[in-house]
Amino acid sequence: MRIEIPEFAVVAMIGATSSGKTTFAHKHFLSTEVLSSDFFRAMVCDDENNQNVSKDAFDLLYYAANKRLDRMKTTVIDATNLQPSARKQVIDLAHEQNVHAVAIVLNLPENELLKRNKERTERNVPERVVKKHCTDLKRCIKYLKKDGFRFVYVLNSQEEIDSVEIVRTKLWNDKKDEHGPFDIIGDVHGCYDELKMLLEKLGYIQKNGVFMHPYGRRAVFLGDLCDRGIKNIEVLQLVMDMVKSGNAIAVPGNHDVKLLKYLKGKTVQQTHGLDITVSQLESQSDDFKNEVREFLDGLVSHYVLDDGKLVISHAGIKEEYISRGSARVRDFCLYGETTGETDEYGLPVRLNWAADYRGRATVVYGHIPQTEVQAVNGTFCIDTGCVFGGSLTAFRYPEREYISVKALQQYYAPTKPLDEKQNDTDDILKLGDIDGKLYIQTRLMPSIMVHEKNSAAALEIMSRYAADPHWLIYLPPTMSPCQTSKLDDYLEYPEQAFEYYRNHGVKNVVCEKKHMGSRAVIVLCRDIQTAEKRFHITDDSRGIIYTRTGRHFFNDMKTESEVLDRLQAVLDKTNFWSDFQTDWVCLDTELMPWSEKAQELLERQYAPVGRAGRDGLSEAVKALQKLCQRENIQYEVSEITSGQNFSPFELLEEFQKKQTALEKYTDAYREYCWKVQSVNDLKIAPFHILAVEGQTFSNKPHIWHMEMIRKYCTGDIFIPTEYICVDTENETSVRHGIDWWINLTGNGGEGMVVKPEIFTSKYKGEVIQPAVKCRGREYLRIIYGPEYLLGANLERLKKRSLTGKRSLALKEFSLGMESLERFVHKEPLYRVHECVFGVLAFESEPVDPRL
Amino acid sequence: MLLTITMKGKNTENLGYLLHKNPCRPQLFDLSFGKAYVFYTEVSDTRTTAALLLELNPIDLARGKLGSKDGGLFDYVNDRPYVSSSFMSTAINRVFSTAMNGKCTKFPELAENDFDFETTVYNLPVKTQKDFVKDVFTPLGYEIKMRESVLDEKFTEWGESCYIDLTLCGNVKLSDMLNHLYVLIPVFDRQKHYYMNEDEMDKLLRHGEGWLAVHPLRNAIINRYFYKKKGYADKMIARLMENEAEETTVNEEISQKKISLNTQRMEAVKKTVLASGAESVLDIGCGDCKLTALLLHESQIKKITAADVSVSVLEKAKQRLNYDKMPLYLKNKLTLIQASLMYKDERFRGFDTACVIEVIEHMDLQRIPFFEKVLFGSAKPKTVILTTPNKEYNENYPTLEKGALRHSDHRFEWTRAEFQAWCEHICKEFNYTIEYQNIGETDEKYGSPTQMGVFKICV
Repeated sequence: MRIEIPEFAVVAMIGATSSGKTTFAHKHFLSTEVLSSDFFRAMVCDDENNQNVSKDAFDLLYYAANKRLDRMKTTVIDATNLQPSARKQVIDLAHEQNVHAVAIVLNLPENELLKRNKERTERNVPERVVKKHCTDLKRCIKYLKKDGFRFVYVLNSQEEIDSVEIVRTKLWNDKKDEHGPFDIIGDVHGCYDELKMLLEKLGYIQKNGVFMHPYGRRAVFLGDLCDRGIKNIEVLQLVMDMVKSGNAIAVPGNHDVKLLKYLKGKTVQQTHGLDITVSQLESQSDDFKNEVREFLDGLVSHYVLDDGKLVISHAGIKEEYISRGSARVRDFCLYGETTGETDEYGLPVRLNWAADYRGRATVVYGHIPQTEVQAVNGTFCIDTGCVFGGSLTAFRYPEREYISVKALQQYYAPTKPLDEKQNDTDDILKLGDIDGKLYIQTRLMPSIMVHEKNSAAALEIMSRYAADPHWLIYLPPTMSPCQTSKLDDYLEYPEQAFEYYRNHGVKNVVCEKKHMGSRAVIVLCRDIQTAEKRFHITDDSRGIIYTRTGRHFFNDMKTESEVLDRLQAVLDKTNFWSDFQTDWVCLDTELMPWSEKAQELLERQYAPVGRAGRDGLSEAVKALQKLCQRENIQYEVSEITSGQNFSPFELLEEFQKKQTALEKYTDAYREYCWKVQSVNDLKIAPFHILAVEGQTFSNKPHIWHMEMIRKYCTGDIFIPTEYICVDTENETSVRHGIDWWINLTGNGGEGMVVKPEIFTSKYKGEVIQPAVKCRGREYLRIIYGPEYLLGANLERLKKRSLTGKRSLALKEFSLGMESLERFVHKEPLYRVHECVFGVLAFESEPVDPRL
Repeated sequence: MLLTITMKGKNTENLGYLLHKNPCRPQLFDLSFGKAYVFYTEVSDTRTTAALLLELNPIDLARGKLGSKDGGLFDYVNDRPYVSSSFMSTAINRVFSTAMNGKCTKFPELAENDFDFETTVYNLPVKTQKDFVKDVFTPLGYEIKMRESVLDEKFTEWGESCYIDLTLCGNVKLSDMLNHLYVLIPVFDRQKHYYMNEDEMDKLLRHGEGWLAVHPLRNAIINRYFYKKKGYADKMIARLMENEAEETTVNEEISQKKISLNTQRMEAVKKTVLASGAESVLDIGCGDCKLTALLLHESQIKKITAADVSVSVLEKAKQRLNYDKMPLYLKNKLTLIQASLMYKDERFRGFDTACVIEVIEHMDLQRIPFFEKVLFGSAKPKTVILTTPNKEYNENYPTLEKGALRHSDHRFEWTRAEFQAWCEHICKEFNYTIEYQNIGETDEKYGSPTQMGVFKICV
C-alpha cells in the first residue's frame, strides 16, 4: 500500500497499545523524526511506563516538536492519540505551525492486540485497557478528517501495515527547481491592452495566439486579473493560455478568489468592480466559465521559486509562512494582514509586515497600488495601479529591473489617491538584526563570527555616537604594521612589508604615502533627491563625512556641508558624475591636519609630555653638569653604606640623549599640527573610490584608484597621494622602495602603506592583508614614546605579536567590502548595517593600540 | 623627576648630615619602579644643594604592573618619567626616611632646628589650580615661587601647560618640610601609581602629624589625597577631627543642589507612574536604576524592565540594587536588559508606562526620529513619561557659561517652546495626547529646571 504524505508534515500515529506504532514509525521515518511519548516519559522519570508523568512528558514532547517544525522538519508524534484532547493537541500544533497534519491509524483486531499484550514481557497492561483502546479507536476513525487531519490513512491488518510504502511528495508551493528567468507582472485588473503592450515590451511574441518568450522567459502573474478594468475576459483568456502552455505561472488574488466563489454559485457582494467581470462573463459560454472556474480553483496561494531565492504571492508573505500551507497562510497571501483600524478613507490599516521582513528570499507581490514600486527589506510591491490610471509594471528576475507601461486611461477611481503612501515603507532597524552573537556571511570570508561582548560594546557606540545608519555604508578596517625590523636602530623598515607580500605570492605592490591625519569616509550625493531616494535621508542633507567609528567628523554641520560643497565643485568640474554614471559617491580619505581631530589628545597628552620632558630633562642635565664640574666627587669608593655608586659622567650622557629624544619627539608631533581657521586650511587626500551607483571598485588595481583620484578628485583642498610601484622580487626595485620611504620619513612623514597591486588579493585561496603599514622612525616616537630608541627599549619593543591585529584587519576588511557590495546591490538597510556593525564590534576587541 | 633642596646660611655642609647623604658621594638607589639618584650640585659653607633625580623607564610603566587602572600610566607616551608625582613622594620616603623621621645620628640637635631652606619641585602637575598651591603652602610657613610655561611655544594658542616648577622658601625643620612634600605632592597630581588601602590612612596620620589637622584646607587636601576614594577621605577627616563641625566646599553645595533636583524629579516621576495606573513599567535609559529602585518597592507595580545601552552602567546598577541577593519576590518583578532606543525591540512591547527620564538630550537630534519610531511607533506604551532639561532655566546657573549645556554629553537642550513643539508632533504622528508638568523650583521667567511631558495613547 502506498501512502503519500507531504515532505513537510506533522504525522500522528494513532493506535491502541501493542499495535506496533513505534515499530512502524521507526521503519518509515528517521529516528530523529519520531517523538515518542514513552521516550519522554523515560526522560523525565527514567520509567517509560509511568503514566503519572504524562503531562510533563508531553510538555517536553511538544516543546521539541515545535523546535523541529520551526525548522520545517517533519515530525511524527508517536503516542496512542486516542483521546480527542490528545488529537486536538496535534491539530493545534499543526495550525500553529501552518503545516498539514497526517493521521496514520493502525487499526488491528482486538483479539490480535490482546494476544500481543499477553506476550509482552517488558510491559503488559490490563485487558480492559486494551479493550477500551479498541473501542476508542473504532469510534474516532470516521471523525479524523473532520478533526482537521488533512490526510488520513487507516491500516486494517498486519499485512496491510507490512506492505506500506511511504512516499513523500513535494509541497504544492514548491517550485524551487524552476529558475526562471521570470517577468513578474503586478495586478492587471482587466487592463488587457496595457498587458499586451507590456508583454511586447518585455519581448514576448504571439505564437498560435499564445504569448511566449523567444528566450524561454516566463511570465508570472501576481493575481487580481479581473474586476474594475474593461477587458476582463481577454485578460483571463490570455493568462489561462499562457499558464496552460507552460509560458506563465500564476497565483490567485483576493479578487480572483471572490470571482471563483461567484462561479461556484455562492452569493458574493458584487462590489469593487466584480460587477463588471460578472456582466462580461454572462455573455460567455458555460465551457469558458467552467474553464475559468477550474483554472482559479487550481491556483496555489504562493510559490517558492529558484532554490528558495524567490517567493511570489499576491499580497506578500511573512518569512515564517514561506513554504508552509494553512488557511492562515493562504489568507495572508490573498489579503495581507490588517491592524483592525481604518484610515481616514475608511480603508483598513495594513500591518507593515515588510518592515519586519528579514528573510533571505526576495518576495515579489502586488495588492497595494502605489505610484512606484516599493522596495523594502528585499520585498517588492509592484502593483503600480494600472486600472487606476497608474501603470502596469513587470519585475524582471533575476535582473531586478522594473519595466512599466503607462495606463491608457483611468478605468476606475481609487478610494485613496495613489500618490499617498499606502504602506509605511519604513526600514528602521531591529535589535534582532545585530543582537548577541552574530555570524556574518561575506563574499571574501565565508562566515565571520562576532562575539556577544563585542556586539554589546558596539551597540552602545552605535547608539550613542554614530551618525544616521542610512549613511553608514562602510567602515574602514584596521591596518597591521609590518613585522619588526632586524636592523639595530629601526623598529619598522620597508623590507618586512615587501617580504610579507613576496611570501604571499604578490610580486607587484603599490607604496602609498601615509598621510598623518584622521580617517574620514565621505559620502556625497549630487542632490538631496538622491540622498532621499538612495539613502533614505530625509533631513535635507546630501552627504556626510564620518570617522572610522561612524561618527560625524565635524561637530558643526556648517563645516561638513562646506567641505561637501567643495568636493562637489571638484567633481562637477571633472565630469565625475557623468563619467562614472552615478549620482553619488563614497570615498575613503585622510583628512589633515591631525590636530583637527586630535586637538584634545594633543593638549591632554602629546604636548604635555613634550613640555614636561623637555623642561624636566633640561633641569636634570643642568644639575648633572654642576655635579660633574664639582671637585672631590668620589664614585669608586669600595665601602658602600646605603646607596650604590654611579658615574655622574655616564648619567649625564644618558640624560643628554633623553633630552635630544624629547626634542625630536616634539618636532615629530608638531609636524602634524597646524592652525585651522577655515575650511581652506584643511587638506583631504582621497585614496579609494569605494563605490558609486551600481558598482564598487574593489576589483580595480590601486594604481587605478590613484590615477582616477588624481584625475577626478584633485583640486581645491583635495590632494592626490604620492605613490610608487615596487616589484618585491626585484632587488633594485625593493631598494628603490626603501629609499623612497627613507626620504619620505626623513622629512617627518608618517610613513607608507604597502598594498598588493590588486585590491583584494588571495594566497592559497585565503584573503591576505589588504595593506601593511611601515611607519617612520621619527613618527614612531609619538606611538612608542619619545625614548623608544634609547638603550634596551628598542629590543624590548621588537617583541610584538601581529597575529591578533592581522586577523582583525582581515575580518574588518571583508566586512567593509561586503557592506559596500550589499549597498550597491540595493540590499536592505539591515543587511548593510550588519556588516558595518560587525566592524565596529571588532574595534572593541582589545588589541595593542600601538599596532 | 627632580627635586632640589638648598640650605642657606652658615655651615650648610651640615645638609649632608641632615639628609644622611655624603656630599662627596653620588648615590644610586634601586626602587621598585625605577632608579633614584642623590647627589649635590653645590657644596659650600653658605649654600649647599642636594638633588634627588628619578629615572623611570616609560616601557616599564606601560608594560609593568605599576599604575592605577584609570590613569594614562599605561601609555608609552607618558609624562610620568618627567614630572613630580606620587613616584617622587615614595622616593623621598625611601631615600630620606631617616631625615623624615627627624633623626640625625651624628648631630641630633641639627634635626631639631629650623634652617633656611629653598626647595624646588620640578614639573609639578597642578592643572589650573595655581591659587590652590599658594593656599596650601603659605599656611605652612613658606614663601613660594612658581615658574609657569606654555604648553608648546610653537602653538601658543594651546595655552598654558599644567606644570609648574615650585620653589618653597622658608625657615623650617627639614623633617617637617620633607613630610609636607611627601603628603602634598600627590595632592596636586591625581594619578597615583599604587593602589590605596586602609594603611594609607595611617601613613597620612603619621606624616601629617602636627600640621595637617590644623591646616585651613585640611578637608580639601584629604579629599584630593584620597581622590576617587571618598570613603577613605571621610574616615580620615573623622579620625583627625572628631568634634569639629564639617565644612562644606562650594562644589559640594552645588552637587547637593543637583541631588535634590534629581530626587525631586524621581519623586515626581514616581507619582506620575503610580497615578497612570501602571502595573508594568519600562525604564528606558535606566542609568543607575534610581527610579527603578523606587518603583520596585511599590506594590502597584508588578513588572519593571530597566533598559540601558551601556553594559557597564547596567553592571553598576546591578551592584547598586544588590541584584544577586535581592529577595525573590522583588527580583521576579525586575528585568535588566541592554537595549538601544535606536533599534526596534520586541522586549519594549506591552508595557503600561514607559519612563524616559533625562535621556533624549543625550541623543543626536538627527537620530531622534529613530527613537520616536522605536518607542511611540513600535513599542506603543499606554503612557510615556519623558523628562528633559529646560534650557531657559540655565540662566539660573551662574557657573554655567552662556549658551553652555548642563552636561558634556548633552547634544542639545530644549526651551519649553521647543520641547512642546516636539511633543505636539509626537501626538499628531503617533496618536497620543500630552500634558506638561514642571519639576523643581519654578522661576517666573524661565520656568522649571526640568520639564516633563506625560503622553497618553488615544484609544
